[in-house]
Amino acid sequence: MPANRFNNFTNYGIGIGLRVPHYQHILSRKPTVDWFEIISENFMVDAGRPLHVLDQILEQYRVVQHGVAMYLGSPDGPDPTHLRKIKRLVKRTNTPWLSDHLCWGSVDGRFTHDLLPMPYTFAAAEHCAQKIREVRDYLEVPILVENLSSYAEFHASEMTEWEFLNEVVERADCGILLDVNNIYVSSKNHNFDPYDYLNNIPHHRVGQMHIAGHSKFEKYLLDTHDHPVLDPVWKMYAHASKLTGATATLLEWDDRIPSFDEVHKEALKANKFCKELAHEEASA
Amino acid sequence: MKKPRRKRAVVAVDRRATGSVAHAKPKEGANLNAPRARRSRATADGYTQMRDIQRAFATAIMRPLTKGYNMQPKWTDGRSTKKAVAKFIKPNDRLSSFERIEIYNKQYWFRLLDSLYEDFPGLRALLGDERFHQLSIAYIDKHPSTSFTLRDLGQHMEKFLAKNPKWTKPHQKFARDLVKLEWAHILAFDGAELPPLEIDELLDGANPATLKLNLQPYLTLLACDYPVDDFLISVRRRAEPRGEASNAISEKRTHARTKKVKVPKPQKSYLAIHRQDQGVWYKRLDPAAYRICRALQKGETLQKAVERANVRGKAAEDFSQTLQRWFAQWASFGWFCKTPKM
Repeated sequence: MPANRFNNFTNYGIGIGLRVPHYQHILSRKPTVDWFEIISENFMVDAGRPLHVLDQILEQYRVVQHGVAMYLGSPDGPDPTHLRKIKRLVKRTNTPWLSDHLCWGSVDGRFTHDLLPMPYTFAAAEHCAQKIREVRDYLEVPILVENLSSYAEFHASEMTEWEFLNEVVERADCGILLDVNNIYVSSKNHNFDPYDYLNNIPHHRVGQMHIAGHSKFEKYLLDTHDHPVLDPVWKMYAHASKLTGATATLLEWDDRIPSFDEVHKEALKANKFCKELAHEEASA
Repeated sequence: MKKPRRKRAVVAVDRRATGSVAHAKPKEGANLNAPRARRSRATADGYTQMRDIQRAFATAIMRPLTKGYNMQPKWTDGRSTKKAVAKFIKPNDRLSSFERIEIYNKQYWFRLLDSLYEDFPGLRALLGDERFHQLSIAYIDKHPSTSFTLRDLGQHMEKFLAKNPKWTKPHQKFARDLVKLEWAHILAFDGAELPPLEIDELLDGANPATLKLNLQPYLTLLACDYPVDDFLISVRRRAEPRGEASNAISEKRTHARTKKVKVPKPQKSYLAIHRQDQGVWYKRLDPAAYRICRALQKGETLQKAVERANVRGKAAEDFSQTLQRWFAQWASFGWFCKTPKM
């Protein structure tokens, strides 16, 4: 299952996010890494150092684009200027798939620069699906939508979050970037069983997974991406991998970023679960 | 890392006496809380309900925090915020509706304030952390982001300082010069670059009376009343590196306290803020050189631009050599560029 039409029939392994503090290490030491994930918006610039560095990375590594500002659930339609910039970057990176979040972040031309949860309604699902279809038609690359970590729920919701995810991806016929840490964080914040979530999504649509660390506060969890992955999340990742097959996986570490080697070592822990899975499959 | 300017229509906002930014309000009687049995089923009503919820949510999170960094207790219309947000946000067994949306309210402000903190180290050094912080809140309240990228957040800062001189008193003029330079730095960092022209390409057989030379889009020319370049360079050497854009959320950042820096004495300075080898440079220009470049940037012909140099008397005798040297240097920097029409 790992290579599927949602990740463009690729079989990528364990990647890490390309982050500024690691540029020098990567460009000078050229460490072996399966692939790098870039935040698309950081490179949707006209020229200058960001693209200069990206071009050097592209000479040596496979790069996948991950967006944080497409806002597939915002009420406005896709912004043509934004899409043109993404497409220009897609041509540059040759990303096999492109991911962004199942969320909203702007309304009436004002941007919050946050990934905000949707009301889980059928109308919202259709709205998101319509936008995903439009985006995919224009960008001509498979789209994966990522589940959020969230801190609020709406009275208006008509279904669970995973039911909403199902509604959207089935209507849009798109893939899923399954963020296991986000499911865990939301499950604690909204009192649901994270395994119900994992067990009830269309596993064949998962094209990539995210793992990350989070922070515990007295009354809620925050998705901080500033820690190693915690044990309950690794357990969920192992379970998810059994359901989906070994899938391209990326460790997110965005704040208090340690050395490249430390981040990479943490990411490669995921290999343990992939190897166990491969062993089980071979035995079967 | 920073990202490009995005032009978007700005929708009129509902600004209240509190000075806070409010999105267009949901219509009177809008049902933000449709009962579960009445399924929206992708209808126009369902879309409207979704948009109204999003507007109310945005209104809540974009309102400035209290002095204690909490969500404001009063809603835009004066009623209790607790009651207003309870209409569309569910509580859980640990957090009220108010507390849940307050998490987003704080994150919005921390994220945007952090962005200005990093983009205007010079202004921060001039004003000190607390005054800069208060100014930033007022700025964001007046100019919320209308771009997909935080790179553009500070684009109205100079205009804001011009209209609100109280924030930089008694250094208004210096502060405006400084933020012009800080914004030019952002433009030079990742602004567009067109194919450069060599000096031979420029002048070979061309008639100066009709020749127009284009300057690179990333290049900004500034005439300042203070040596803001020296000031900013010294401040930037001590600045922290810029953070990453990601979908992660963070607690309120703590920064090392910014050391206030003395305002230098006035000194007219002419600057070209440009990019070389992926780095941003502040180049001091001779006043005549500045006038020539400025005229070229405005689209005047080469002949008219050179006339703008306004060099007379004995200096004019040696001026042609100086001019050649300047143009050769500017061409070597790649400042002259082709346009799609050429």
